[in-house]
Amino acid sequence: MNHKLYIQDVTLRDGMHPIRHQYSKQQIKELAIALDQAKVDAIEISHGDGLTGGSFNYGFGAHTDWDWLEGVAEELTHAKLTTLLIPGIGTIEDLKRARDLGVESVRVATHSTEADISAQHIEAARKMEMDVSGFLMMAHMNDAQGLAKQAKLMEDYGALCVYVTDSAGALLMDGVRDRIKAFKAILKPETEMGIHCHHNLSLGVANTIVAMQEGANRLDASLAGMGAGAGNCPLEVLIAYLNKMGAECNADLFQLMDLADDFIRPLQTRPVQVDRETLSLGYSGVYSSFLLHAERAAKKYGLDTRTILNELGKRKMVGGQEDMIVDVALDLLKR
Amino acid sequence: MSKVKVAIIGSGNIGTDLMIKIIRNAQHLEMSVMVGIDPNSDGLARAKRMGYSTTHEGIDGLIQLPEWQDIQLIFDATSAKAHHYNWKIIQQYPDKKVIDLTPAAIGPFLIPPVNFETSQEVRNVNMVTCGGQATIPMVAAVNRVAKVHYGEIVASIASKSAGPGTRANIDEFTETTAHAIEQVGGADKGKAIIILNPAEPPVVMRDTIFTLSEQADRTAIRKSIHEMVEAVQQYVPGYTLHQEVQFDDIPEEQAVFIEGLGYRHGLKTTILLQVRGAGHYLPEYAGNLDIMTSAALATGERLAAGN
Repeated sequence: MNHKLYIQDVTLRDGMHPIRHQYSKQQIKELAIALDQAKVDAIEISHGDGLTGGSFNYGFGAHTDWDWLEGVAEELTHAKLTTLLIPGIGTIEDLKRARDLGVESVRVATHSTEADISAQHIEAARKMEMDVSGFLMMAHMNDAQGLAKQAKLMEDYGALCVYVTDSAGALLMDGVRDRIKAFKAILKPETEMGIHCHHNLSLGVANTIVAMQEGANRLDASLAGMGAGAGNCPLEVLIAYLNKMGAECNADLFQLMDLADDFIRPLQTRPVQVDRETLSLGYSGVYSSFLLHAERAAKKYGLDTRTILNELGKRKMVGGQEDMIVDVALDLLKR
Repeated sequence: MSKVKVAIIGSGNIGTDLMIKIIRNAQHLEMSVMVGIDPNSDGLARAKRMGYSTTHEGIDGLIQLPEWQDIQLIFDATSAKAHHYNWKIIQQYPDKKVIDLTPAAIGPFLIPPVNFETSQEVRNVNMVTCGGQATIPMVAAVNRVAKVHYGEIVASIASKSAGPGTRANIDEFTETTAHAIEQVGGADKGKAIIILNPAEPPVVMRDTIFTLSEQADRTAIRKSIHEMVEAVQQYVPGYTLHQEVQFDDIPEEQAVFIEGLGYRHGLKTTILLQVRGAGHYLPEYAGNLDIMTSAALATGERLAAGN
């Protein structure tokens, strides 16, 4: 079954990470309206770590999720308002609150081996008649067959789409290909497949296209790559590629180029690029959101960011364990 | 002095570990009946083998047993739903008390070194969550020196130590723990996060506690934390500070925006713990399960000692 391409913008969710979750309400609203006019199919808004991610561990946002979401749905004419929920951080109550603010679609995220903690949340989203995707983070930490089994669980709970989520930007092109193939072999034909990349090995666009060629139709991307680590698949580049290959999609390339350069790049006070720190994320297989926290710990304790990131990778830390960054830094100091 | 006779309802991992702890370590409690619903469960088989009375017919089976009338304390290690049913029945016997290890939270929250006295006033106390048992003593330790505005905890546990009950209802963990951070820990606002880590070999339970409090003498806060760690070590020897306590100033001009509180500044305290279990019925890495059974045992022991 061929599903229509579905461009999922993540500028206003994953894009929270490089600016420590500090978008103003005004910025969120203006960008959401502009993205809607540029005809992306869905716009995700929440704290970078999902609903109620605001915390010491992940960073407090400039606003609550409710303040960011309020008044946006009413302005959208084409795009679906989406949000992220990570069980263990956010709850079903939080999802209800988001739904009441007009959120139509949710991605329920778990580590790549822990899909069974999402059952209640996916079922609840379906009961609320929301569009719901399962979001298998740190996909490089489970092999293709293993990951596909987890995807199947999410499908069983009611997910309409399941994502290969390369949170560490650590997957090579064949790694993406194998995982999507394994999904396709095991999931029902009506279940959609999605791809969410990080650009740490400069493969954000390439990996997204590989996934698409294997049958993924929901493609995550953000303006100027605005996202954790070296960022996500850059939206405007993806659309240029899709246009050149003659793939059918709604988005308007020139409008997105302007938004990327005029609005987003000036916000990137910590450049969102492949450099020694973000490359280390991909190289060591570390959750991209750890970047700024590791840089802060390196500065505070007089260490090299890469050394901290490599150690986190060695210890097989998973998404959400930002508290272990300071722990690792203190251990390194003792050496 | 005669020991207080106890029944355990729930013959799964938690109930079985608790039984072993009571048999090996209790000075004031005496194991009497193990109650399950699965006749083939390992917990029931063990209890039987060791010569204790058992029933696989749940609470209804328990109250039919001749031992029932002498039992004064019941540990409930089933599920929230089952506890509601069990309590309805136990409530009818005014001489019996319950220590509830499920997330039902019918009775008040209990963290032994913080509010043990609560258990003397009521007949049903709730042991919060594993993460709550590990972290709320720390929130309270800061709060007794400096008023805690906000308490946040991150519990990381090995995937293998998260049973189907926890997995099927992870919101219960975050919500119950957050409430207890406020009600027992003393924070104006609590937040709880739980992370499952599948690494092999399994990771030992880690807990991180962040508090934002009024400014206070750091030496006094550190001392209070060390004393509380020692108090918890009385019943969980594997409870240790993994790093020295960390402090950060949050000045007024860099106040943080906390949902439910607004802008707050003051002193941020970070406490990094490790909780290693005793390795009785459960492996050592499962400190999260061990601290539940240990806290329940400690509560039962003190109650029995006071009788």
